[in-house]
Amino acid sequence: MTIIEKIFASHTEDKVEVGETIWLKIDVRTARDFGGAQVVKNLEENYEGDYIDDASKTFFTFDTNAPAKTIGYANNQQICRIFARKHGIKVYDVDSGIGSHVLMEEGIIHTGKTAVGTDSHYNIVGAIGAFGQGMGDVDIAFVFKTGKTWFEVPPTIKVNFTGMPEGMWSAKDLALFTIKALGKRALGKAIEFYGEILDKMSVDARITLASMVTEMGGIIGFIPPNDEVIKWMEKNAGVKISPVYADEDATYEKEIDIDVSNLQPMIALPGSPSNVVPVSHVEGKAIDSVFIGSCTNGRYEDMKVTCKILEGRKVHENVMLKVVPTTRRIWKQILEEGMIKKMFDAGAIISNPGCAGCAAGQIGMTGEHEVQLSTANRNFKGKQGLGDTYLCSPQTAAASAVAGYITEVI
Amino acid sequence: MMIRGRVWRIERDGKLIDDIDTDMIFHNKYLHIVDKKETAKYAFSNLDGWRDFPEKARENDILIVGENFGCGSSRQQAVDCFLSLGIKAIIGKSFGAIYKRNAINSGLAIFECPDIDKADIKTGDEIEIDIENGLIFKDGRVVAKAKPMTKVQLEIYRAGNLFKYAKHQSP
Repeated sequence: MTIIEKIFASHTEDKVEVGETIWLKIDVRTARDFGGAQVVKNLEENYEGDYIDDASKTFFTFDTNAPAKTIGYANNQQICRIFARKHGIKVYDVDSGIGSHVLMEEGIIHTGKTAVGTDSHYNIVGAIGAFGQGMGDVDIAFVFKTGKTWFEVPPTIKVNFTGMPEGMWSAKDLALFTIKALGKRALGKAIEFYGEILDKMSVDARITLASMVTEMGGIIGFIPPNDEVIKWMEKNAGVKISPVYADEDATYEKEIDIDVSNLQPMIALPGSPSNVVPVSHVEGKAIDSVFIGSCTNGRYEDMKVTCKILEGRKVHENVMLKVVPTTRRIWKQILEEGMIKKMFDAGAIISNPGCAGCAAGQIGMTGEHEVQLSTANRNFKGKQGLGDTYLCSPQTAAASAVAGYITEVI
Repeated sequence: MMIRGRVWRIERDGKLIDDIDTDMIFHNKYLHIVDKKETAKYAFSNLDGWRDFPEKARENDILIVGENFGCGSSRQQAVDCFLSLGIKAIIGKSFGAIYKRNAINSGLAIFECPDIDKADIKTGDEIEIDIENGLIFKDGRVVAKAKPMTKVQLEIYRAGNLFKYAKHQSP
């Protein structure tokens, strides 16, 4: 069996076969401030009390609009808080950061677990070998009430990264490169990633790759945990963890080799995350703003590399640089290590943790004709405002913020 | 069971538009809206050439869309806005996985039909869909064949939505 099939088999009484619809038990059930109020409304409209199957497995995580900057969001968050207090549900409130990350850091989500949330990047937990899925508020309300959901078992494709890059690269470059290489071949499939390059990738780097499986059109992308990842999960969870790996005779729908020996800094041009070209193709284009953060690139290592580039330099006078660490834990770490001061001195705006730019959140939007570099995962027209958004790594974003134009190095 | 309605081909320059994401269907600036009826006003509110769709759509209309329709976020409003306009079904070359679930759970019929572009169906045509078999009829003739819904999907659709379905079942 493949990884998804093994996780499913341990969470269902039904036969796990590709194409079959099974009833899947869900270990971690979450809703955000986006979608959360609708979940509450769905429960109250469709059931008569007894809304929560198991409060200890149910969470609200507020990250979309943190703290609420519109009355609508403020109301929705308060609806969730009142409901949560009444039913004994824990709320990771607006100070916490992005929910999927917070629950991994808290050790609540780890390898072999099943988790759902009102967040289309919930499959990000494939980075540590867990099954996660973003769902709408109808689905999530049903899971809150029953602890289960229906799921069509997807076929799995095996992606083998071959070779090792000789030049400069980051996990984001690999993610963008993979989106381009896969085209629409991952649409509706589970992916398992293998290859030497993954051994060089920390938890943070793996999260970056796994987060963009949504943009590959995949259901989820699993990166089999190595010792470092297992240790990280054990430290967070406080228990011994044995990862779920695929069987040697697992059946894959397809095997795809992607040669990464020529991997270099990549960038997605405005309009779609799949408009990917090497950064060198657009080198020199003037920019107005830079956003470093999101569930894809706001972790400690992303902050560290950003800080390293900014230290002792100044953000270009024509550029706004907005830095948003993904979680409060990361915020604390970079605060204690003096990075906040260094980024501040360079001219960066540093915001509280959360989704920020991706959800019209706390760091504002782009205006017409504004050119933005973003380390996020989507750049569909209009998503982050009226401007043009390019997607790139924190390295490229920070170097460009200093230069005032798109560049790989400063 | 048959669904009957008038067709909208969601196209630009005569071609079905691919990769219409949830921000083009229902932009994130309206995410705080919880009232389903209100979502109707914002259907395709960020899709060039289609912003006036809520004024043109009529009860029982059917959408024909391109590849990967509804990719992007998990927002239910991207389904609710069509239901509130009275749209009864969407036939597409393919759908984003979350979108497909959201639609089925809410009682919006979804049909995957990779060859729909080859069928002789224009905007304004009246068509019928045989939901059990995925057959699409125009003037009494089969003009396209979609992938039929799976058993569970069909049961949820027949019940009206996931909640009504669950009341009759103990999954």
